[in-house]
Amino acid sequence: MTDRARLEILSPGVLATVQDLGRRGARRFGVPTSGALEPAWLRIANALAGEREDGPAVEFFLAEIALRAVDGEVRLGIAGDVAAQVERAGEREALGSWRSATLRRGDVLRVGPPRPARVGYVAIRGLVVEEVLGSASTCVRGAFGGMEGRPLRRGDVLEARPGPHGAERALPEPPRRSAEPIRAVPGPQDDHFAPGALERLFGSAYAVTATSDRMGTRLDGPPLAHLGAASAEIVSDAIVPGAIQVPGNGLPIVLLADCQTIGGYPKIATVASADLPRLAVLAPGAKVRFARASVEEAEALAREREAEVRALLGAIRPI
Amino acid sequence: MAPRLLSLADRALVVELGDGISRPMLARVSALDAVLRAELERGGLEGVVETVPSYRSVAIVYDPLRTTRAALERRIAPLLRVPDDAAPAPASRTWKLPVLYGGAAGPDLAAVAAASGLSVAEVVARHARATYAVYVLGFLPGFAYMGDVAPELRLPRRSEPRTRVAAGSVAVAGAQTAIYPSESPGGWHLIGRCPVPLFEPRRSRPALLAPADRVRFEPVSQERFRDVEAALASGRLDPEELAAP
Repeated sequence: MTDRARLEILSPGVLATVQDLGRRGARRFGVPTSGALEPAWLRIANALAGEREDGPAVEFFLAEIALRAVDGEVRLGIAGDVAAQVERAGEREALGSWRSATLRRGDVLRVGPPRPARVGYVAIRGLVVEEVLGSASTCVRGAFGGMEGRPLRRGDVLEARPGPHGAERALPEPPRRSAEPIRAVPGPQDDHFAPGALERLFGSAYAVTATSDRMGTRLDGPPLAHLGAASAEIVSDAIVPGAIQVPGNGLPIVLLADCQTIGGYPKIATVASADLPRLAVLAPGAKVRFARASVEEAEALAREREAEVRALLGAIRPI
Repeated sequence: MAPRLLSLADRALVVELGDGISRPMLARVSALDAVLRAELERGGLEGVVETVPSYRSVAIVYDPLRTTRAALERRIAPLLRVPDDAAPAPASRTWKLPVLYGGAAGPDLAAVAAASGLSVAEVVARHARATYAVYVLGFLPGFAYMGDVAPELRLPRRSEPRTRVAAGSVAVAGAQTAIYPSESPGGWHLIGRCPVPLFEPRRSRPALLAPADRVRFEPVSQERFRDVEAALASGRLDPEELAAP
């Protein structure tokens, strides 16, 4: 493919995978939805790059990611709590986040490390990734999708259709970050817990532990007691990202994009879809507080959040 | 018993038909899932992304930007009243899958025999004698939980799971048996190996086994295992041919 632009991964950081907005319709086969932990930031990164919102991009964690343009000109979009710099012919140009960048052959882009949010996004205009089961997202458990079903490695090459790329773009200011607690709807198995457990979940501060990954965020804090020994397990049923599972030790696990499709732990509550990304990007050590919501409130929050994201996308300007 | 409707926040509406694991419950879940999927395919469930059946419920995953729980409840109410025998018959299939039992293919077979007080040959005979029902897919893409394992062969999971179970491993734990579709960590007892690929994401039907399918295992020799493996790899044998017509 001689007319493709190529981008080499010099350093993938702690974990970098190709994600889009997720794989739908395959949970019945045991296939997770996967997709970006913060879909709004992936959409913004894509729009900054001049790519369609729901296209694939690179999601990276905790440490700096470095990419080099090997062939052709590449237009990128950067999103997350990150600094960025372009190295070109021995010179360094510092860029912020929430903007596009263009690499010519030999240029290196360094982005990150993401802080305080643990996740950042680099979108690539014209990125070419095979869709499997309707999505370009990486399914690590099934070893398919994204880059050969695995995290990106040093030396991997991403291909993109060539330009022209037009003006650089940016958000006039970074997205406002909500300080609200994480809203969650009790259930489906809140009836498996001792009196006071729900109040404890909604009244306490929890800390994100270091074992949190793309499958789930494990929390440390006041344990949630089951009704009895038998209530600590259920006949496995469907779980979704956002479900808060509580195993025998009483410590909640908030399931995320790569979680399994069924599970045998009772779920005390489920995080509203609008708020899950805010929790998903929290780094180890960060604190979480939950607030009780109804299904109707969660649905209204989803619509509000989408309006906010649309407004952000609409605010992108040429620079 | 009327179904319970439960919410997974604004992501899914769960129709819970009861509790426990049983073939009658599997039939009820399969019937309900078939009714919902038919309606979904007809375009009659606006805002629904997918349905996910499990042992005793069907989860209806929806997009809160396109519909609400309240609207979904109204829409599915008539569908919940469809009697099981009026539901579209799920196209369940009966499979005969070759298994090489024991040796390097089944490193836990001897331990299962010892724990159950049977000879290795007896364990193989009793495992292969049963016709299992596929209850649910989960854990890994294409991983089918099947039951019910003969009472004398039931053991709790291994106290120490393995970090790597080979793809194709045939395993038992409790009343269930399964085949690992891909290499994975696993805590079940490995008694054999099956050469048939259970999950291929690029096929039109990505998972070979579906809930309500029936599965029988056929003990084969190492030579026969290799023949089947080679035939599958070369395309001379399509996995779908292992289903009874």
